[in-house]
Amino acid sequence: QYRRERTLVLRSSSSALYNNLAVLCPPSRPPAFGAVHGTTLSLLGNEGPPRQLQARGGASALSTPLLTQAAWCELPARVLLVLTSQRGVQMYESDGSTMVFWHALNIPEHPAAHSVFARGIAAAGGRFICVGTSSGAVLVFDIPPKGTNVTLSEILEQHRDPITDIAAEQGQAPDGAGDLVTADDSGTLCLWSTGEEFTLLGKIPGSGSTCSSVTLWNGIVAAGYGNGQIRLWEAGSGRIRAQVSAHARWIYALDLAPLTGKLLSGAEDSFVHVWKLSRNPDTDGIEIQHCHAECVTDTQVCGVRFCDPAGDTFAVTGYDLSEILCYGPA
Amino acid sequence: MSGRTLPLLFLNLGGEMLYILDQRLRAQSIPGEKARKGERRAVPAGSLRSRVMNDIISTMFNKKFMEELFKPQDLYSKKALRTVYDRLAHASIMRLNQASMDKLYDLMTMAFKYQVLLCPRPRDILLVTFNHLDAIKDFIHNSPGILNQVDETFRQLIETYNCLSDGEFQLIRQTLLIFFQDMHIRVSIFLKDKVQNSNGRFVLPISGPVPWGTEVPGLIRIFNHKGVEVKRAEFTTAGNYVTPQREGSFELYGDRVLKLGTNMYSVTRPVETHMAGSSKNLASQAKENIVPNPLAKEELNFLARLLGGLDIQKPGGGETGFRLNLFTTDEEEEHAAQTRPEELSYKVINIEATQEPGRRAELSRILGELEVAEPRPASAEKGEDLLALMDG
Repeated sequence: QYRRERTLVLRSSSSALYNNLAVLCPPSRPPAFGAVHGTTLSLLGNEGPPRQLQARGGASALSTPLLTQAAWCELPARVLLVLTSQRGVQMYESDGSTMVFWHALNIPEHPAAHSVFARGIAAAGGRFICVGTSSGAVLVFDIPPKGTNVTLSEILEQHRDPITDIAAEQGQAPDGAGDLVTADDSGTLCLWSTGEEFTLLGKIPGSGSTCSSVTLWNGIVAAGYGNGQIRLWEAGSGRIRAQVSAHARWIYALDLAPLTGKLLSGAEDSFVHVWKLSRNPDTDGIEIQHCHAECVTDTQVCGVRFCDPAGDTFAVTGYDLSEILCYGPA
Repeated sequence: MSGRTLPLLFLNLGGEMLYILDQRLRAQSIPGEKARKGERRAVPAGSLRSRVMNDIISTMFNKKFMEELFKPQDLYSKKALRTVYDRLAHASIMRLNQASMDKLYDLMTMAFKYQVLLCPRPRDILLVTFNHLDAIKDFIHNSPGILNQVDETFRQLIETYNCLSDGEFQLIRQTLLIFFQDMHIRVSIFLKDKVQNSNGRFVLPISGPVPWGTEVPGLIRIFNHKGVEVKRAEFTTAGNYVTPQREGSFELYGDRVLKLGTNMYSVTRPVETHMAGSSKNLASQAKENIVPNPLAKEELNFLARLLGGLDIQKPGGGETGFRLNLFTTDEEEEHAAQTRPEELSYKVINIEATQEPGRRAELSRILGELEVAEPRPASAEKGEDLLALMDG
């Protein structure tokens, strides 16, 4: 089904962080990639030379803070590149050339027992960018169609544990299903309806395993867990619809191709799996099938992304690997 | 990122250091210690090896040091941490040349990197730590005073870490992996055992027991909208996994089950490291050394407190120190010193002889300031208080 195509060289290796691969796929242009290494983001653009972005320090930084994640957020009017770190949130124009906005987290005077960082990035509701934090709070930023006048519109406080990932609906949400899902360290998932004010529609409590990555498609939440399981939840009712013993170790990343419902999963066990989600509107049956497996020898996978909306191509990053591995149709 | 990482890093690296020193002390003939026929492996009191091990272990588990270590804080840079181990290795009458110290540190760090990578669950890093501590207790089982110190630390570990969630342990693990990133030094014992490839990367097996709490991959279960299971399907992959037998113990005493963190060295398996084989990643590693570290002053303050407070055994009267060589011959050690690639130099903050007069003056000033004859009343600076207590 798939085979290894090309390998893109990164200036530095990727760090072991959840969802550590950002991809921007502009129509009829080659994709751009980003991977986090410690305090920097390595960018491989579709134009121009590779670029590196630094984490921004706070007012009295003793050392450069570590980045936790990076993602391109595609809104109707513009695309922004968002970086999260131990200090706050940085937003850039999509080629990384100009910083548009900076939001600093409240950093305690002395290092507290609980770490402080931002993590979890998603564009939502055609107008907002949501960013998670280690306190469990989700920051909702209102993004103007152009310019730097980004404002913090709301803070959602439903999670008690550090946010791991956030995902917006990529297909068509059934009525009442909500269009945003947020996940945290305890495995708790919250379903939201976005807007001027976000509304909590439902909460799926965790059951002892961290949810490190999450996607939302046609009202189906696909969540990847630290115990190697993938679970499918029905967003409207909060009920579990599928449980897969997918990986032998902690899942680090999921991605979804909206045109076909293909799901990609990557984990510490060196495996990348391609699955197919489907929803039968008549029977209301939700299914998941296994399509393809790739083993990235001696590598703990930390990022996986489809490079096209149908899921015919995908890219992979791994801890200590200075490359992005690209796969295409066999 | 996790402020709880340093104790685990320090104790596990320290544990590896002790394994290596113990092996080299047994292998190298030490002046004054004559092996007698039928001598038991257990070390009688008064022997040089046991003295060195006791000195280092008791320094490592110094009560005040441990208290400071367990405070939530960021990880030290590789430079700063290396200097702490330099000092620790010299806490007795044993001396190590720079080349041997470099090799020791390389071995320690690659060993712990391997253990962190191969831990089935992030929480198992704690079991690895317990394995190291169990072995350390065995080294000093004849010294009840030091044994007490180690047990105290053991209890503090249990108190601090047993209640952390899996998510918090994964954050600790991720913080450790950032620290070890881009280190690919080849260790001959790893190469021989086929746990490391010739390019310096570790072999990650896709077979064996799955972590405790994980299922063997392959099963898909489908539920209907009422939550009733309606279908099962299976998929297969190249992996060959089995269910684990039991979970390791997180108590003060118990079977840890996990072998990571136990002593893999023995007298008959000498350890070598290979410096050759540069990789693209060295560029980023070298950069870390060149960019001035604004944290350096902060770290020096803490180190200076440690240095001032530790009771260092200096060769006195008729007693002479001895030099431990981590290589097989002196010529090998000399050669290693000369051929170590620039980008792999630790650029250790050398206390005795430094080329930078500015830094030397700064260190002397700090050490001088912290010289306290008697415990001062509570108004004294935090660092000086600590020092005063150590001296007392």
